[in-house]
Amino acid sequence: MKKHSHTLAILVMNNPGVMARIAGLYSRRGYNISSLAVGETEDPRISRITLVVEAEDENELEQITKQLYKLIDVIKLSDITKDDAVERELALIKVHCNSTNRSEILQIVDIFRAKIVDVSQEGVIIEATGDSDKIQAILDLLRPFGIREIARTGKVALVRSAAGR
Amino acid sequence: MKITGAQAVVESLRREGVEVIFGYPGGAVIPIYDAMYQAGFRHILTRHEQAAAHAAHGYARSTGKVGVCIATSGPGATNLVTGLATAYMDSVPIVAFTGQVATGLLGRDSFQEADITGITMPITKHNYLVKRVTDLPAIIKEAFYIAGTGRPGPVLIDIPKDVSTNLVDFYYPEQVNLPGYRPVYEGNARQIKAAAALIQEAKKPVIYAGGGVIISGAEEELLRLAETIQAPVATTLMALDAFPGDHPLSLGMLGMHGTAYANFAVTEADLIIAVGARFDDRVTGKVDTFAPNAKILQIDIDPAEIGKNVRADLPIVGDVKRVLAELVPLLPRQEHEAWLEQIAEWKRKYPLTYDQQEDLIAPQMVVETLSELTRGEAIICTEVGQNQMWAAQFYCFKKPRSFITSGGLGTMGFGFPAAVGVQIANPDRLVVDIAGDGSLQMNIQELATVATYKLPVKIILLNNCYLGMVRQWQEIFCEKRYAATELQNPDFCKLAEAYGIKALSVEKPEEIRPKLEEALNYDGPVLVDCRINPEENVMPMVPPNAAIYDMLGVEK
Repeated sequence: MKKHSHTLAILVMNNPGVMARIAGLYSRRGYNISSLAVGETEDPRISRITLVVEAEDENELEQITKQLYKLIDVIKLSDITKDDAVERELALIKVHCNSTNRSEILQIVDIFRAKIVDVSQEGVIIEATGDSDKIQAILDLLRPFGIREIARTGKVALVRSAAGR
Repeated sequence: MKITGAQAVVESLRREGVEVIFGYPGGAVIPIYDAMYQAGFRHILTRHEQAAAHAAHGYARSTGKVGVCIATSGPGATNLVTGLATAYMDSVPIVAFTGQVATGLLGRDSFQEADITGITMPITKHNYLVKRVTDLPAIIKEAFYIAGTGRPGPVLIDIPKDVSTNLVDFYYPEQVNLPGYRPVYEGNARQIKAAAALIQEAKKPVIYAGGGVIISGAEEELLRLAETIQAPVATTLMALDAFPGDHPLSLGMLGMHGTAYANFAVTEADLIIAVGARFDDRVTGKVDTFAPNAKILQIDIDPAEIGKNVRADLPIVGDVKRVLAELVPLLPRQEHEAWLEQIAEWKRKYPLTYDQQEDLIAPQMVVETLSELTRGEAIICTEVGQNQMWAAQFYCFKKPRSFITSGGLGTMGFGFPAAVGVQIANPDRLVVDIAGDGSLQMNIQELATVATYKLPVKIILLNNCYLGMVRQWQEIFCEKRYAATELQNPDFCKLAEAYGIKALSVEKPEEIRPKLEEALNYDGPVLVDCRINPEENVMPMVPPNAAIYDMLGVEK
């Protein structure tokens, strides 16, 4: 059956082991996490986790969220897949480059409003932020130049204030 | 005034009203044992940590209070694991304390170090590794709160040795602050009204009651519901003591070894009222054939149970007792004469039955006689396997919290140590462990505990020299290839006597009654070794992955 991606925004108590509890629950119940990002919120006792998970249907998603809710450290959980949310990922991309193709690379960086954060004789490191599609697009365009390494974060997301929740 | 972490543990137990702790000492908990000793805190020494966890379980199940156990770090802690998993599956409130190596040694593979919070994460409701002694009282407060509220469950607190010896200004908080833990007790009023309407439309309702009824103390509400709407009641293994077994509306247990009439009733029903039950696979059989014609009304305190295994047409999240107390007054008295007549006919045609051969002891007769002699008023613990199923089928339970058995995890070796905890909690009640020879041997060292504390537990051993339930499956599904199920047993009577425990042997059917009478009237622990028909089977039986109306041992 086809799996669908869902973005879950979870507020958790910033207690030791909280990530292990969440990740453990997923693997043990046979669910998949495709992306995970975590960081402190404005309140240092609370962290925000943005999870992208795969679910076969509404039932499976409902089970995942209910099981997550049972964890004592989980305070609030929302499925923001269909909400009007700002979603961002960050990628650091190390690309081969020389005097002949540098300007072409710079053009791509410019179009994607990315940044060059390191330059050397053999290459550059590009920092790109955006939603998953944008990151995918810049990677596709840079690939012909020879990508040496990539580091990507998981997705982080916030629902827009106008959509208010 | 400053006290040590160990003293803070003991003081916190006092504040929680804990009367007794089951445990086994070791290096990392010496400070806590010293504090308990000095404070005169009641401790029951089992002979294995697993038994301490099961005893705390028996204590908790038979009283509704939180059971408490303690073990040392490393192997002591890992020995608790089976007990915690057992309690987790049956939603039993336990707080388990474990010692841990000192904080400076954590994570270095130190002597007797095990990552017990990591290990028990999936089998506890919550757990804690205490890093600072100042956190200890608040953590203990939280642990008791979490264990005993909502859907109960075990909570583990891992205490490094230096945390036990460090000093703390003791302050026990009045309240907990757990923003992520808010159990829902009140059912939604609109859903309850909708449930009342649904119930009134039903022509063939069946109440399917589970362990949640016992946990929330809703036996009276359940009885009132059943009598008001004249609906028969099928219970799970966990709820056999939630509804009087001799009530005309009782169907007994449903599922794999349930009664034929319970399974037929569920299959024919047009409404299933699930009350604190979780549609376990041993209940539903092949899940898409379960209650095919019925709407399902599901009442449960755990939102994650709603629709987990079987779709719920109308869910109500809340405490079973409170929801039923709101629901029953909305219902007029109903009659379902035709439906009850159909059920009566099934009861006449397909009763629970067994063959009593002349010279072989039928285990069912042992249980039936025990039920009769105790008028269904003993607290029955069981091991796991055939002994457990015969106890479930042939003991007629009359009172709540009188059947202590490992339902979800099916833990062999559970019953005897559980009986220790039950007897400690209920010194004036008759406590019986219905045992099998395989299971009993898994925690037989507890004979020493029973002897030490002079606990008058009666062990009724249904001894067939087999791992009977597995042998039964091998007989039916493996053409009698009895792989590793034949047991060469010790002389159980001599063994009991070695511990100073009275032992009786039952070798002929006519000895059952007098020997049981003798055992029950004896003031002290007794082991009754009943040499039962070795190849007796538990019937009826729903083969795995079959529909529950397709039972072996029932001729339609």
